[in-house]
Order: sequence, then C-alpha cells, then structure tokens
Amino acid sequence: MLDNLTSRLSGVIKNLRGQARLSETNIQDALREVRLALLEADVALPVVKQFIGQVKEAALGQEVIGSLSPGQAFIGVVHRELTKLMGEENAGLNFNTVPPAVILMAGLQGAGKTTTTGKLAKLLRDQQKKKVLLVSCDVYRPAAIEQLRTLGLQLEIDFFPSDLSQKPVDIARAAHDWARRHYHDVLIVDTAGRLAIDEAMMDEIKQLHAAMKPIETLFVVDAMTGQDAVNTAKAFGEALPLTGVVLTKLDGDARGGAALSVRHVTGKPIKFVGVSEKMTGLEAFHPDRMAQRVLGMGDVLSLIEEAQREVDVEEAQKLAKKVQSGKGFDLNDFKMQIVQMRKMGGMSAMMDKLPAQLSQAAAGAKVDDKAINRIEGIINSMTPLERAKPELIKASRKRRIAMGAGVQVMHVNQLLSQFEQTQKMMKMFSKGGIAKMMRGMKGMMPGMR
Amino acid sequence: MFGFLKKTLSGTPEKPANPGWLGKLKRGLARTGNQLVDLFGGGGKIDDELYEELETILITSDVGMDATRHLLADLRREVKEQRLTEASQMKEALAHCLMKLLKPLAELLDTGTHQPFVIMLCGVNGAGKTTSIGKLAKYFQGQGKSVLLAAGDTFRAAAREQLMTWGERNNVTVIAQQSGDAAAVIFDAVQAAQARKIDVVLADTAGRLTTQAHLMEEIKKVKRVIDKALPGAPHEVLLVLDANTGQNALSQTKAFDEALGVTGLVLTKLDGTAKGGVIAAIAKAHPIPVRFIGVGEGLDDLRPFVAEEFVSALLGFDEE
Ligand SMILES: Nc1nc2c(ncn2[C@@H]2O[C@H](COP(=O)(O)OP(=O)(O)OP(=O)(O)O)[C@@H](O)[C@H]2O)c(=O)[nH]1
Ligand SMILES: Nc1nc2c(ncn2[C@@H]2O[C@H](COP(=O)(O)OP(=O)(O)OP(=O)(O)O)[C@@H](O)[C@H]2O)c(=O)[nH]1
Ligand SMILES: [Mg+2]
Ligand SMILES: [Mg+2]
Repeated sequence: MLDNLTSRLSGVIKNLRGQARLSETNIQDALREVRLALLEADVALPVVKQFIGQVKEAALGQEVIGSLSPGQAFIGVVHRELTKLMGEENAGLNFNTVPPAVILMAGLQGAGKTTTTGKLAKLLRDQQKKKVLLVSCDVYRPAAIEQLRTLGLQLEIDFFPSDLSQKPVDIARAAHDWARRHYHDVLIVDTAGRLAIDEAMMDEIKQLHAAMKPIETLFVVDAMTGQDAVNTAKAFGEALPLTGVVLTKLDGDARGGAALSVRHVTGKPIKFVGVSEKMTGLEAFHPDRMAQRVLGMGDVLSLIEEAQREVDVEEAQKLAKKVQSGKGFDLNDFKMQIVQMRKMGGMSAMMDKLPAQLSQAAAGAKVDDKAINRIEGIINSMTPLERAKPELIKASRKRRIAMGAGVQVMHVNQLLSQFEQTQKMMKMFSKGGIAKMMRGMKGMMPGMR
Repeated sequence: MFGFLKKTLSGTPEKPANPGWLGKLKRGLARTGNQLVDLFGGGGKIDDELYEELETILITSDVGMDATRHLLADLRREVKEQRLTEASQMKEALAHCLMKLLKPLAELLDTGTHQPFVIMLCGVNGAGKTTSIGKLAKYFQGQGKSVLLAAGDTFRAAAREQLMTWGERNNVTVIAQQSGDAAAVIFDAVQAAQARKIDVVLADTAGRLTTQAHLMEEIKKVKRVIDKALPGAPHEVLLVLDANTGQNALSQTKAFDEALGVTGLVLTKLDGTAKGGVIAAIAKAHPIPVRFIGVGEGLDDLRPFVAEEFVSALLGFDEE
C-alpha cells in the first residue's frame, strides 16, 4: 500500500541518520530505491540511468542543513532534479503567425488526439477568445470523423467536414483555405493514430506537416504508456518537428513515468495534461507536481492550490491543524470537508489528485458524488454532541439518525466506518513522512480526506 | 538450438492462414529479439554482466521489476541445474522460464458452452475494445457462429457509429439505442440474441479509468443487468489491455477483476514496438488467461494467444 518513495526510502534513510553530509557510500541504497521507484513508475530505463547519475552528482557533498534529516535532504535533491528534468512550467501555445495558426495533432492509436482536439478548441475559445476550426484527417478509423464532428457540434465550434474518399493532405488544405477565408484564428488538424514503425503512415503525416506548416505540432501521449514511450517519442520526434507534448489520461492512477521519458527524448515541453474524458478536462502542466506524482506523492500541491482558491482559508487552516495533529477530527469537520469538497468540484475530481495510497483508501470507502448528499443528510440529523463524539452513536441513536435522514441504518453504519477510515488516514498522514514533507512545502492540507 | 522450439511448438494449433501477422508481431518485437541475439550469439560465457543485460531487456519490455526478478532467479536456477556454461544456451533457458510463466495463460476461449454465449468487454479508454469486437465478430463467424453486437458505449462521441461500421463490415446486427443507458442496450441485445438464436453476443462498453468509482459502479451494474436478461451471463468478461501500457496494466487487471470477475484478457497493438511484457507481470501477480492478441487495425488482425509464438517472437527465435 505504502508504495511511495518517501515510505520506501524511510528504511534506507535510517542509515543516513547522524551523518552530516551525503556521500557516495551512504546514498547507494537510497539511489537503488529511487531507481526502483522510477522503473515502477514506468520511466524508461535509459532515462532512469541518466537521472540516477544526475542525482548522485547533485547529492554528493550536499550538506544536511538545519532541521532536515539527511533522508529529507536526499529526497529534496531527488525532487529538485526530477522537476528540472520535467521541463518548463506552463509553456503556452505559439500563435505568432499569419492566421489561421495551425495546430497538428500526432500520436499513437487511442492516445487521445481527437478528444484533446476538442478540449483544446474549447480552451482556446473560452480562455483566449480564439475563433477555432476543427478538421479530421482520419480517414481510416471507423467513425473518427464523426467523433470530431460530434464534439464540434457539442462545443459549438466550427467543424470542417471531410470524408473517407479524400486524401488527408487534400482535406487539410481545403480546411486551411476555408479557415483563411472565414477568418478563423486557429485551425486544429486531427490525424489518425499511427505506429511509429508504419513508414507509409509516418510519411503521410510528414506530408501533412509540409503542407500545413503548423506553428504547433503536438505529440499526444497516454500517461499509462510504459517503457516503449522512448521509442515512440523518438520516432515521432525524428519524423516531425514537434513543438510540444500533451499527456492524457492523467486522471487514472498511473504514475506517469512516460512524461519523463517523452520529455527527455523529445526535449519538448509538456504543454497540457488531460485529466478527464470531458471537454473541460485539459489543464496546464506543472512539472513540480508531476515530479511528485512520479515519485508517488500525489498531486498534493495542486490540491492545496485549488483548496486555497475555493475554500474558506481560515476554516481550511483550522482543519489542516487538526489533520496535522491527527487529533480532534470529528464529524463536524468531516461535514465541513464535504461542503468544501463540493466547492472544489466534487469527490471524483479530488480523488484524482490524492497520493496513490490515499486515493486507494478513499476508493475503498466508496464515496462518490451522489453519496455525498446522503452523508450530509445523515450528519445533519445528528446532534452536536453526536457529531463531536461519534463513538456515542450506538444502535438506538443510529435508528433515530437514519429515520431523520430518511435512510437505512446500514447507511449510517457506512458513514461511520468511512469517517473512521478517514480519521485513520489522517493519523497515518500526520505520522508519516509525507506530512512532514508537505509541511515543508506548504504547511497545510485543507479539504483532504 | 531449436530443440526447445520443436518440443514446445509441436502441440500448438495450426498456424493461421494469414502469414502476415506473425511478421507484424515480429517486426514490432524485433528490437527485443535482436538485442537478445547479440547477447546470446557472441559465444561468450555466462557472467553477471550477461544477467544484467538480460534484466535490462526484460525491464525495457515492461515485464516489471517483480516478474523480472522472478524470471532471473528462475533462470539462474535453470542454469545451475542444467550446468549451462555458454551464453548461447541461455536463450533456450530463458525461453523455458518465460514459457513456465506464460503457458498457463494460454487457454482458448470456448464459446460452445452456452447459447447465446455472452461476452462483455471492458477496459480503460482507448485500449482497443471496439476494434477488438470488430475483429472478434469476424473470428467467430469464421467458426461458423452467428454473432450480434451490442453498442454499450453510450458515452463517447460516435462510439456507436464506430461499432456500427464494424457491424457493417462483418454484416452482423448491431443493437443500439439513440441515447441512454448502457445496461439497457445490452439487456435488449441479450434478449434479441435469445429470440434470434444467436451464438455469440459481443457487448461493447465505454472506456473507463479504474479510479472513477462511479464508472466502476456503473459497469458492475451492466454486468448484473446482463445476468437478469440471461441468468449466468455474461459467460466471459474480457479485459482489453493496450500493449503500450506499462505497469498500470497490472492495476487495471486487478481493479477490473475485482469489479467484474475478469475471465480473459485481450492484448492489443502488439504490431507496434511495444513488447507487451507486462503480460509476464500479470502472469506472476494476478494470472488471468490471455485469450487473444491484436496485431493491427484490420478485420483479420486478431489471433488466439499462443504462448510459444509470443515467447519465440519476443526472443527473436524466428529470425535465425
Ligand atoms: N479519462 C480520460 N480519458 C481520456 C482522456 N483523453 C482522452 N480520453 C479517452 O480516451 C479514449 C481515446 O481517445 P481519442 O480521442 O478517441 O483518441 P485518439 O488518439 O483520437 O484515437 P485514434 O484516433 O483511434 O487513434 C476515449 O475514450 C477518450 O474519451 C483523458 O485525459 N482522460
Ligand atoms: N495498431 C493497432 N491499433 C489498434 C489495435 N487495436 C485497436 N487499435 C486502434 O486503437 C485505437 C483505439 O481503439 P478503439 O477500439 O476505439 O478503443 P476502445 O477501447 O474502444 O476506446 P474507447 O471506447 O474510446 O475507450 C483505434 O485507432 C484502433 O484502430 C491493434 O491491435 N493494433
Ligand atoms: Mg482520433
Ligand atoms: Mg470503444
């Protein structure tokens, strides 16, 4: 369960205790653990090897300062180097060209190109007021054109029709012409998925590129991709002058080591991440958060940030204190969290950002957005005393509460066990190394359950 | 040198008619194969370096740390037991170790046990579920069975149209509804199949990541509803895995199995450079029969999983 690097390193790091600086011999075991953790996160082996070398260099001779333990100092180095490798923050899209600015999408089958095309169009329209035209050059996959047409319709974004009898380059040219004459700012060209070793198909996309001269050529890659990410990225990078990467399906529980591999091989920034199947699910990329995710620390920072934006800061800080101390967390707080969670986009959006171990535990508790309503109802039917001291709630109180909330006793039991689990997690959190690290980073974790 | 291959291949089913597919598989897997050829063909001795290079190859094929360690330990044992001393003998020994792990997964799917035999497909987004259904329809028709498709992905844009095209290509009926509920569509399809005495029903579902608790609940419901339409059905729950996927394929397997009781796997996109080694990790940690492999986007690009072929393609046997 505790598969994150921090907990894995804890044993190894005990050996580092009492040492004033990191040395070749005392970090060897720790480096081995990092290697393992990265491989398990699907970072490609050649990238791992090089990275370990870098960490070693950066760590050696590093003084262990202030209140940090040598282990923390070491993790600090790992995190810093990983963030560095992840590349620039938030590299935006380039529109510095005669309109329409063409964006070409490329990638393996099923990576998420068409979906990302829709999301990107929406984002550019909503956030940058761009007039966007969509076109599909996928004349191969059944209903691929229809898929993009549907998305265009749904988003109310212009779609340039094409059909199976046409050649991709002709389709793209016609769309470009149309876009120019109708004053579109941006033309997004969706393409068929293709294998990097399929020469004919790679030639086709090269031709598309030559004909369109896109200002952005985005390589779309699935966050679940394994070791082969290096080979694919290399081949696409050699065939096309890529300008950026989109990492999709980050809402899953894959650690996303492919991000590192692709970044390393192409040298191009990851510009966006896909975090949902929905058209709103495209976000800017944050290298530091991704580094933490690959290390198994979850997207804690972005959770904190989101919480700060949406949530009553004072309440959140109170809560954070309780979380940190692991004490005094009662059903009132539980309810408060639920209310705040609502503001933050619901349970499922939040769960995705939790570290693996927590989201697993939370998933075990089987809370979904609908259940949240029920939970709130149940807590509302409790007396203040019951909320503060949940251990008081025995059979007869349960029946009364259930009746008051219009649910069955079973549901009350479920809630209480969920609460208990949360409490346990909080304790775990406050004891474990993660909490310490996070305090170092930001000092609070509001809204976390 | 070929002793192993002859021994183990003698009991395998006939080679499929289309000779192109193994080529496709091999082209993709060739990298691994070539690496191994270099490693073993040099006439060197067995030493630590050789093992380390071997570890590298297994890891870069997505076999994962756990299964890699297991395979290497097994290989060391085999080398000792059989007193192997030459690097060239290692290849056979490794093939043996891989076979021990993978052979138990090669269980053909028998659809003759029920009529209609209902197969439900599941998997993460973009794994190849819908395309596999298209190919499976052809495969079962080739066995003289009648097939019906259920358009259970009511979520993704044009998912239904995509399946309808596969229906047309195979000239089979697709049960679909204009909108709505996956469970309802598949329920209808199973009932229609009973009425029409169809042999095999293939039910498509929307892709979902296992972290979406509500979607996992939804697909559980789909399965329950199928059982209502035809008690005992679905008779097979196929989890579709993309060979490009790294270690997450293992957690996908566990999560879908926990939710649905997965009875078989389909490993797609083996025609690319991805090695699909994660199957070894699955074999080690959470074994489920691998029913089919996908080796392309065409109707014919689906094969039953044959461990010997998988291993020999992976190790580059066929290139010598
Ligand atoms: N959960 C999740 N699903 C995604 C994301 N991006 C894409 N998908 C899903 O992944 C699947 C494949 O997406 P597509 O956009 O069709 O992929 P594609 O690269 O266009 O596929 P081909 O055209 O067949 O090569 C669909 O089910 C999408 O809904 C994401 O960020 N999160
Ligand atoms: N090269 C190759 N491509 C494949 C294979 N199987 C599927 N694909 C491609 O992978 C992409 C996704 O396939 P789909 O069948 O749409 O996947 P899905 O799991 O139904 O996707 P969602 O319903 O969106 O979750 C398509 O472009 C397919 O043509 C295969 O064996 N080899
Ligand atoms: Mg597409
Ligand atoms: Mg599908």
